[in-house]
Amino acid sequence: MTARVEVFVQLKEGMLDPQGKTLEHALEALGYTGIEDVRVGKWITFVVADGGREAIERQVDEMCRRLLANTVIERYSFELEEDGS
Amino acid sequence: MSDVPIGVVRFPGTNCDQDVFDAVAATEGARPVWLWHKETALEGVRGIVLAGGFAYGDYLRAGAIARFSPIMERVIWFAESGGPVLGICNGFQILTEAGLLPGALMRNAGQAFVCREQWLRVDSVETPFTRHYDSGQLVRFTVAHGEGNYVADDETLDRLEEEGRIVFRYVDENGDITPGANPNGSARNIAGIASVRRNVLGLMPHPDRAMSLLVGSEDGCGVFRGLVEAAA
Repeated sequence: MTARVEVFVQLKEGMLDPQGKTLEHALEALGYTGIEDVRVGKWITFVVADGGREAIERQVDEMCRRLLANTVIERYSFELEEDGS
Repeated sequence: MSDVPIGVVRFPGTNCDQDVFDAVAATEGARPVWLWHKETALEGVRGIVLAGGFAYGDYLRAGAIARFSPIMERVIWFAESGGPVLGICNGFQILTEAGLLPGALMRNAGQAFVCREQWLRVDSVETPFTRHYDSGQLVRFTVAHGEGNYVADDETLDRLEEEGRIVFRYVDENGDITPGANPNGSARNIAGIASVRRNVLGLMPHPDRAMSLLVGSEDGCGVFRGLVEAAA
């Protein structure tokens, strides 16, 4: 099985996100109203070959903990889409 | 007695390596040795400095990629064996990513890159790197970073405090901890912390840029003297 993986990484709730704050002000400056809680995160995509769904999930979770996210300050989630080929 | 070899690690993107090399060379009894990031041996060095810069372009997160480079495996082993390791600026970020120091360094709260002269208070002299200072002494180092906002959970911060591992704090010229003296939003004005065994020190400000009155301050000399003595 080949799977397309999408990993989302974002600062944890309650962590100040100065980049998001700045964007929020910029959006307000453009005239958009009612904008709140803008957060900037990362979206990482890749393809994984081999292994069943469970094995890939386990592997991706490990990748997130070891490298893709810093769990002191960030939370992550991911999605798998099987190619089926 | 021959000079003590001190390793200065170079990653692609490190840019304070020459400053650190010169700081070590200017310290009595020490001999700086380059350590390239791809090396898997420490060349017999007795102390290690991770210099400032933008290792691997700060890709993903500052220090995140550097932390897995071949030399870091040896640096981690060296630190865990009790060898003295000093991480300055990007070096501090790498040490937290490597898990040798707790917490993390986030984007400055004010969003901007901050480059200025900064008063610091030496809050712990119980480390090899600060034994030449007086407790509560004010020193002046340069800060130059975009991601120096130190964060950790309250439990970790309390523990650092109780164990006297908060080594440097950002203060004003009177030595007071004020929000205005904090260049980046760091929790409890933390500028530098030490490991449990005190052999690892990470700090955002640059002692390597405070080695001579010619550049405004020689307050950083004590950090390097302490490092070299601990390595001897």
